[in-house]
Amino acid sequence: MKEKLVVIGNGMSGLRVIEDLLELENDKYDITVYGDEPYVNYNRIMLSYILSQEKTFEDTIINHQSWYDENNITLNKGDKVVSINKEDKTITSKSGKIESYDKLLIATGSNPFIPTTPGSDLNNVIAFRNKADVDTIISTIDKSKTAVVVGGGLLGLEAAYGIAMHGVKTILVHRSGSILSQQLDTTGGRLLQKNLESYGIEFKLNTTVKEISGTTEVETVTFSDGKSVESNIVVFATGIIPNKELAIDAGLESKKGILVDDFMKTSDESIFAVGECVEHNGNTYGLVAPLYEQGKVLAKKLAGKEVEGYSGSTLSTRLKISGVDLFSAGDYLGDETTEELILLDEKVGVYKKLVIYDNKIIGIVLYGDTADASWYLKLLKEHTDISDLRTKILFGKSALGDSGHGGDDVNSMSDDEEVCGCNGVCKGDIVNAIKDKDLKSLDDVKGCTKAGASCGSCIGLVEQILVNTLGDEYDNTPQGICGCTDKGHAEIKQIIDEGDFDNVYDVFKKAQWKTEDGCAKCRPAVNYYLLAKYNDDKYMNDKRSALVNDRNFANIQKDGTYSVVPRIWGGLTTPKELKDIADIAVKYEVPTIKFTGGQRLDMFGVTKEQLAPMWKDLNDCGFVSGQAYAKGLRTVKTCVGNTYCRFGTQDSMGMGVKLEKLTWGSWTPHKYKIAVSGCPRNCAEATIKDFGVIGVDSGWELHIAGNGGIKVRVTDLLCKVETEEEVYEYTKAFMQFYREDAYYLERTAHWIERVGLQYIKDDMLNEEKRKYWAARFDESQKSAQVDPWAKAIEDGFTKEFDKIVINPEDSHSFEPKGV
Amino acid sequence: MAWYKITEVESIPSMGSRIVKIGEIEIAIFKTKDGSIFAINNICPHKQGKLSEGLVHENVVTCPLHNWDVDLASGEALGNDSGCTNVYESKIEDGLVYLNFITK
Repeated sequence: MKEKLVVIGNGMSGLRVIEDLLELENDKYDITVYGDEPYVNYNRIMLSYILSQEKTFEDTIINHQSWYDENNITLNKGDKVVSINKEDKTITSKSGKIESYDKLLIATGSNPFIPTTPGSDLNNVIAFRNKADVDTIISTIDKSKTAVVVGGGLLGLEAAYGIAMHGVKTILVHRSGSILSQQLDTTGGRLLQKNLESYGIEFKLNTTVKEISGTTEVETVTFSDGKSVESNIVVFATGIIPNKELAIDAGLESKKGILVDDFMKTSDESIFAVGECVEHNGNTYGLVAPLYEQGKVLAKKLAGKEVEGYSGSTLSTRLKISGVDLFSAGDYLGDETTEELILLDEKVGVYKKLVIYDNKIIGIVLYGDTADASWYLKLLKEHTDISDLRTKILFGKSALGDSGHGGDDVNSMSDDEEVCGCNGVCKGDIVNAIKDKDLKSLDDVKGCTKAGASCGSCIGLVEQILVNTLGDEYDNTPQGICGCTDKGHAEIKQIIDEGDFDNVYDVFKKAQWKTEDGCAKCRPAVNYYLLAKYNDDKYMNDKRSALVNDRNFANIQKDGTYSVVPRIWGGLTTPKELKDIADIAVKYEVPTIKFTGGQRLDMFGVTKEQLAPMWKDLNDCGFVSGQAYAKGLRTVKTCVGNTYCRFGTQDSMGMGVKLEKLTWGSWTPHKYKIAVSGCPRNCAEATIKDFGVIGVDSGWELHIAGNGGIKVRVTDLLCKVETEEEVYEYTKAFMQFYREDAYYLERTAHWIERVGLQYIKDDMLNEEKRKYWAARFDESQKSAQVDPWAKAIEDGFTKEFDKIVINPEDSHSFEPKGV
Repeated sequence: MAWYKITEVESIPSMGSRIVKIGEIEIAIFKTKDGSIFAINNICPHKQGKLSEGLVHENVVTCPLHNWDVDLASGEALGNDSGCTNVYESKIEDGLVYLNFITK
C-alpha cells in the first residue's frame, strides 16, 4: 500500500521536491498536488522575461500536464487548500474536497507585501508576483501615461525594465538612497542606476508614494516630495511575506515563517514545509537556489534515504535584465573586521569587490563583468584561503591561464564560437540545449552536449554560460561524483576512513549507492581510496575497477592498439639499452617510435596479444614498466647538470635518477611528474611539474603543484633546502600528503587551488608532520615497487590478453583448456 | 547459422571479457558480476573503440575511449548517446560457452 503524499502549492519549490523525490523513489507515494493558480507548474522567476517580451508563458512552463499524468500525480489546479486538520490528517480545499494524507508538504510560497497607502485599494494597484499580475501590467500600460513602480529591489527593477521595454515612461520610487540595497553596495547601485536610466527609467530615491488617487482606477500618483504624475498603474514590489496563515490556523509553530528543522519538518511529525513560506534557523529565503537546496534534503528524507540536514544557504543573486551584468553573494557589505579588494572603472562600467575575512572570500559584488562569478562563488563556498591569489584574483580566473579556448568572456562570444575544443561544441549549442532540454546543472550539460565532458578545461566557460542563461535557476548544489551516488569525494573518503572494507562493493553498500556495481566514474575512485588507505599489501587492487590503461599496464590508442614505454631512469640511457629497445622494436614490427616529452621512448601500435611477450623481452633486458599509463609517478625529467654543463650548480641527473628510484611504483590520485634542473636556468622545466627541484649553488629549491597541461600553472615555491637527504624527505612527504589528501583525478595543481598553499605548507614545513608523511610514504612503497609487467605475466593475468580464434568453417573449433 | 563452442566459462574473467575472433569478425564476450554471459560486436558505435577493454557494471560496458555506456544485452548506447552495435546469442552448457554465429 502506497503512502499518500499531499502537496499544498504547485509552485517551484514544492514541485522541485516532487521531481527530486521521483528520481530517487517513484513507487512510494500516491501524490496529489493542490495549486491555487489555474496553471500547471511554471517558472515564476521568468515572469520578468514575459513582461519584457523576451519569452512567452509557454517558455516558462516547467512541467506540462502530461508530466503529471505520466507520473500519476493528481493535480488540482485553481483549487486552494483552505484548512489542515492535523489530528485527522486531512486537508480541505476551497471547492470542498477533503483529502487525507500520510505526509503533507506545505509549499505555499509567499505573498507580496504592499504598504498601507491611501488609494492602494484602487484597480490597477498591483504586485509583481504571478502570471495574473503580468497580464494586468501588459494590458494596462499605455504610452500616453506614466507607469509607477515602487521598490528598488530585484523584482521592482525587473518590473520597471520590463515596462520601459514597451516604450512606456516609467518612474521607479525607492525609499532609500541606493537601489538594490539588499544585494549591492552603494557603488554598485550607482553604476546600475546609471545603466537603467539609459533605458528610460526615471529614479526617485529617498522617496515614497504618499497617495494614489482616482475614482475606480489609478489616475494620479503623488510622491512624498510633493510632486505628482498622471499614471494608470502602480506596481508594488516592496517585499514578500511568507504565506504561513494556513499553517498557523492548523496550529503549526511559526515565527517569520513556518518553523522547520534541518530536515524541513514542521512541529508536526507528518507535515513538512519548503520554500519561501518556511523559516529555518532564523532565516527565510526569497530566492530560488536555497529552495532547491532545501528541496533536495526533503526529497531524500521522504524517499527514506540517509541525508545530511540542511544547514542554510549562501545567497547569490543575478538581475534578470538583458544587458546588465550583476552578481552578488554572501556578505557583500563587510564591516570593520573585513578587508576589501576593489577594482572600479566607472567609465566602462566595471566594478568588482571581494570582501575578505581571515584570508577567505565572504562576499562578492560584480557589476559589468560577471565572467568569474561562479569561480568566486566556489572559492567562497569552499572557504579557500586566497592569500596566494590576492594580487591576481580581481583579474579573474583567466589571469591564471587556460589552454585551448583563447579569450574566455562568454558574453562576448558569438553563438558559433567553440567552447569545448575536445568535442567541438559551440556556445549556441549549449545555450539551446539548456533552453530546449531544460538543463539546470553542469552535469546535465555535460551529459547532453558533451561540452566539458572530456578534458574538462572548458568547465568554467560552460558554467558561465549556464549562469548567464539561467540566472538564479542555475543549480550548483553539490553533486555526487557520478549518477550512482549523491556523495562527493570528501564524504566518500570519510566513509572509507571510518570503516573497514576489503572491496569497493561494500563501500557502495555502506554509502547507500543507488547502483550495485557503480560505474566507470565511481568504481576507479573508490578503488583508489581503498588502495591509498590500505596499500597494496592489505588491499587487493581490483583490476575490474580500474580503467583500461591501469588494468592492462599500457596506454590504449584510438585503433585499439597500445603503446609501450619502458622506464628510463632520469632520462639517462646507454648504447646497450638503446640497442636492446631497437632490437625488440624490430622483432615486434613496432610501426612508430617517438621520443616523449618525459625523456623516454614510446613504442606505438603494439597489439594486445603482443604485450606480454614484448614485456617479457624488455624485462629480460633489465627494463621495467615506465608506467606511462599510471596514476602514479610518470617520469623524472632532468637537465644534464654540473656533470657537463658549464652553468650547472648541482648534479641534476644523479638527483633525478635517485628521485625516480625513490618514487616509482605506488598510486597517486592522478599522474605525477617530477623534474630536476641543475641551475636556475631550469632547462628541465621543473616549474611546471607536480614536484620540481632546482639546484642552486647553496642547495636545492623545492617547488610544488605546477602543471604544463590544460591549465598551465607555475609551481609555488615550497622551501629551500641544503642537503640531498632533505630533498628526499620533502619529496616523499609531499607525494604522500597528496596521495592521501587529494581527490581522485585531482592533479596537484587543482588540489592546491582547492585547499590553498598554506594548508600544504602547514604540514610540509612542520618537521614532525613532514616526517610522519615521509614514513607513511616509505610504508606504502614497500609493497608497491613491483614491476607490473613482470607481475602480470607471473600471476597469469596476461593470459586473457590472447584472442580466442575460431575457424568459421568449423563449428567444433574451441579454445583448449588451461587458458 | 550455427552454435560455436568457444571456451570454458571460467576462462572469461568475472566483470571482464575475452575477445573471440571468428573469421574477420571480432566479438567481445563478457561475464557480468552475476555470472551472465553476453556477446557483442567489439566495436563501439561512437568511434569504434574496443568494448572488450571497457569497465563492466551491471549489464553495461563503458567504452574505454570516450566513456559511452553500451547495453550488453541490446548493443544500444545508453543515456544521451545514441547508436547501436551488433549483439550475438550465447549460452552456457556443461561449463562451456557457446555462441550463435551466422556464417555467410
